[in-house]
Amino acid sequence: MRNGDDATAAISPPKPPPVSVAASLRTLSIFAGSVALALLMHLIISRNEPPLETRFYTIFLGSVFAIAVITAPAQIFLPRLRRIRQNLHPILTAATLLLCLWEIVTSGVRLLPLPYFPGPAKVLHSLISDRLLLFDSTWHSLLLLLSGYALGVIAGLITGLCIGWSPPVRYWGMPLLKVVGPIPATAWIPLAMVVSPSTMFSAVALIALAVWFPVTMLTASGISNTRASYLDVARTLGAGRGYLIFRVAVPAASPNIFIGLFMGLGASFLTLVVAETVGVRSGLGWYVSWAQGWAEYGKVFAALVIMAAFFSTIMTVLFKVRDRMLVWQKGVIKW
Amino acid sequence: MVMTADAEGSTLQLRDVRKSFPDPDDPVNRRLVLSGISISLATGELVSLIGPSGCGKSTLLRLIAGLETPDSGDLLIGTEAIRGPSAERGLVFQDPNLFPWLTVRRNIEAGLVARGLLQEKKTEVDEFMRLVELQAFANAFPHHLSGGMAQRVALARALINHPKVLLLDEPLGALDAFTRMRMQDEVLRLWSARRSTTLLVTHDIDEAIYMSDRIMIMTPRPGRIDQIIPVELERPRHRSNPQFLQLRGEILDLLHFAGGERMKSGNANTPVV
Repeated sequence: MRNGDDATAAISPPKPPPVSVAASLRTLSIFAGSVALALLMHLIISRNEPPLETRFYTIFLGSVFAIAVITAPAQIFLPRLRRIRQNLHPILTAATLLLCLWEIVTSGVRLLPLPYFPGPAKVLHSLISDRLLLFDSTWHSLLLLLSGYALGVIAGLITGLCIGWSPPVRYWGMPLLKVVGPIPATAWIPLAMVVSPSTMFSAVALIALAVWFPVTMLTASGISNTRASYLDVARTLGAGRGYLIFRVAVPAASPNIFIGLFMGLGASFLTLVVAETVGVRSGLGWYVSWAQGWAEYGKVFAALVIMAAFFSTIMTVLFKVRDRMLVWQKGVIKW
Repeated sequence: MVMTADAEGSTLQLRDVRKSFPDPDDPVNRRLVLSGISISLATGELVSLIGPSGCGKSTLLRLIAGLETPDSGDLLIGTEAIRGPSAERGLVFQDPNLFPWLTVRRNIEAGLVARGLLQEKKTEVDEFMRLVELQAFANAFPHHLSGGMAQRVALARALINHPKVLLLDEPLGALDAFTRMRMQDEVLRLWSARRSTTLLVTHDIDEAIYMSDRIMIMTPRPGRIDQIIPVELERPRHRSNPQFLQLRGEILDLLHFAGGERMKSGNANTPVV
């Protein structure tokens, strides 16, 4: 219950507490120590490996160690840097130790069968030596993903809006949506291969289909659940249909719509990789199966690393877009 | 400031209005909610509507707002029949119902945007922000506002359309006692500045006496106007004035008496306000 006129607006977020230099130095030394440990383990393990294949990883760990050591004095003078580092160090330390553990388990004591589970040095080597092809594959995946996603989102928003707003459209559209929608987009692949003129075209259509269903579902439910009193108020303010739909129902449904966009994005990643594996002759999905065909598991893992970075970047971009558009929700809900 | 003495309002007339809804327990039947409602408000008049909950006060307001259509009867603004909702009849609910995705300023602008008049009347937005004393919160989102502030925004949002009739559905009902009294003065100030014909639904007898020119008392199931009591006290009124208290006593008495009468005629569970 919001009572009393004296409740004021909490507009600026609270400042994080300052981080002491000593505490910062402590975490810093733990991080530098973990990097040193990883580097040491690597040097011991890689004695038996061809030096060309492990060189990049040595350089990588060496430069991380150098950064860790150099930023130690720098952060004394830069409180901003200190806060960032303080925040990142636990997770960076854990990541370093995990890399170290990975190397011990694979290249070190060979607990996992080779060549299926290469060590980090081998993966980094594949990543760098095959960078041109990987970059090209990522680029193709990006084009395919974006065109399919954009198409699916546009179609989903339109159908979701119609189903959510208009009862007749809802009556006829909803059963169709409920029957056809849940079929995984990848299940259409055999049909798509036969029907469509090009694999590229069918892949775009499949990704769009995968995105379309959740976007439609969530948009429709968001629109149809618009609080009736918002619509009533808008009507008594003189709103016409356009205002009611695009200035009341759509913003009211936008939190729901974003859930649909996130679900659609997840579905699009899946469909993208499957489509690239079975039909399209380019992209990261194709690269993985191609590398696997040559038993180059270093490259398979390299492609997985790229995929992780690629997909999580796109996800982050969508989060940023949502944060901007739903800024009015800040303080209302937890995100 | 918008401080015109000329009334912006218009007369409001209801003749024999009747409204029923489908019975939720028995969809074949319809439940009569309002029956034989005939009221007439003069231009610039402020009239309160009090009555027990469920007597159809809100339905009556929704009919005048054009959000519902009557089964029969005439509703007239001036000489024009009411056909659907329009900006000439502003409605403010107990819940301010501010659009949470718009800032305070954009909420107040909403009516102008909806009617495509924003460019023309941009300066009025500032006037109304000042009128309800919310300039400092222009860019705040509604969830940052207290209940009283939010309701002031809702009032400004309704008033920016210069409605001929202002419909207030228990607008101060959710506020604490002190904020409510302050807001009563606020509403009176806005009303005397604008002279919109105002119909105020309330369940607070003090509020009705303090604010209105006339008080209409409704009885439930089906709702109808039972009594119309003129409040002939000088403005500004004083809540502890003997005449004020006397009128308060009379209305309370009247409601008790009305309750007793109902019981005799077999309509047992008429709750007193």
